[in-house]
Amino acid sequence: MADETLFELLHSEIVNYALESNEIKYKESKDEDLSIIEYIGFSTGFRIIERLTKDMPRFKDELDTMKFICTDFWSAVYKKQIDNLRTNHQGVYVLQDNGFRFLTKLSNGKQYLEAAPRYVAFTCGIIRGSLANLNINCLVTAEVQNMPSCKFHIQVQRT
Amino acid sequence: MSRSSTRFDTKKVNSELVTLTYGALVAQMMKDLDNTDDVSKQLERLGYNMGIRLIEDFLAKTGTGRCLDLKDTADKIQTAFRMYLGVQPNVANWSAAGDEFSFILDTNPLTDLVELPDDLKSLKYCNIICGAIRGALEMVQLDVQSWIVQDQLKGDQNTEIRVKFIRRLEDAMPAGED
Repeated sequence: MADETLFELLHSEIVNYALESNEIKYKESKDEDLSIIEYIGFSTGFRIIERLTKDMPRFKDELDTMKFICTDFWSAVYKKQIDNLRTNHQGVYVLQDNGFRFLTKLSNGKQYLEAAPRYVAFTCGIIRGSLANLNINCLVTAEVQNMPSCKFHIQVQRT
Repeated sequence: MSRSSTRFDTKKVNSELVTLTYGALVAQMMKDLDNTDDVSKQLERLGYNMGIRLIEDFLAKTGTGRCLDLKDTADKIQTAFRMYLGVQPNVANWSAAGDEFSFILDTNPLTDLVELPDDLKSLKYCNIICGAIRGALEMVQLDVQSWIVQDQLKGDQNTEIRVKFIRRLEDAMPAGED
């Protein structure tokens, strides 16, 4: 059983690693490619959700699944529940966390705001991966205006 | 109603989260670097970075002072293993000179749910632990080398991590302090 500190340090090393490999790949461009972080999150989410839900009854519908992500899943991974869940009932969900775990130790306000996307990419991946394994294809983006609060936008892709 | 009763064991989830995240990272590195030696080296460096920061957490939580000798150091690392990975390794195989010892782990949470394919047998999957030990000890003025002797992923009975004391690092202390 591993300690929480370990997960936080591992997460920041992943961010580090991704930034370094960016520097090697694109020396010139200033854009940060966070897709590596997102992908690592995706594979983690895809696997962990399978282990978490294996003894659970099937979810009723999409909203039920989202509720599960906001409550049980979030408190298992991030030690608290999502503070606010909003939806337009057409496949767009907004999850708001007012004290996001990876941002609380970073800043309380707008300082270092430009670095915030690096610390939410992993979680976007985790959400996308978890939902993908529950048969919901979606696009997840994050929005940080004032740390440590963060909004995750989930857009379900319907075919 | 029925679902509100499903509470997860957060400790277990956290542990699996670390295991799975680490696995995903190693897989990504394998894809990027395509060479097991480079990946092993990277993992060691990553562990080193983590160790540097982990030691502060450890000292703050346990409130221990300086190590008196290497036996003391070994005991404290043993405590750290229990705190951070939840395993209790045995300290064994002391060298005659008393400057080398091993940690023997019968279970390793990092390698839960992991299986190495045959073509990656040279990958040192747990190298991150070696790096963490080296980084943490460097912060308390101990220069050590650490490597893996036995690995359960490669069919051994236990995981054995060897630590060798190199030298004591001297601090350039400003005059009049400590």
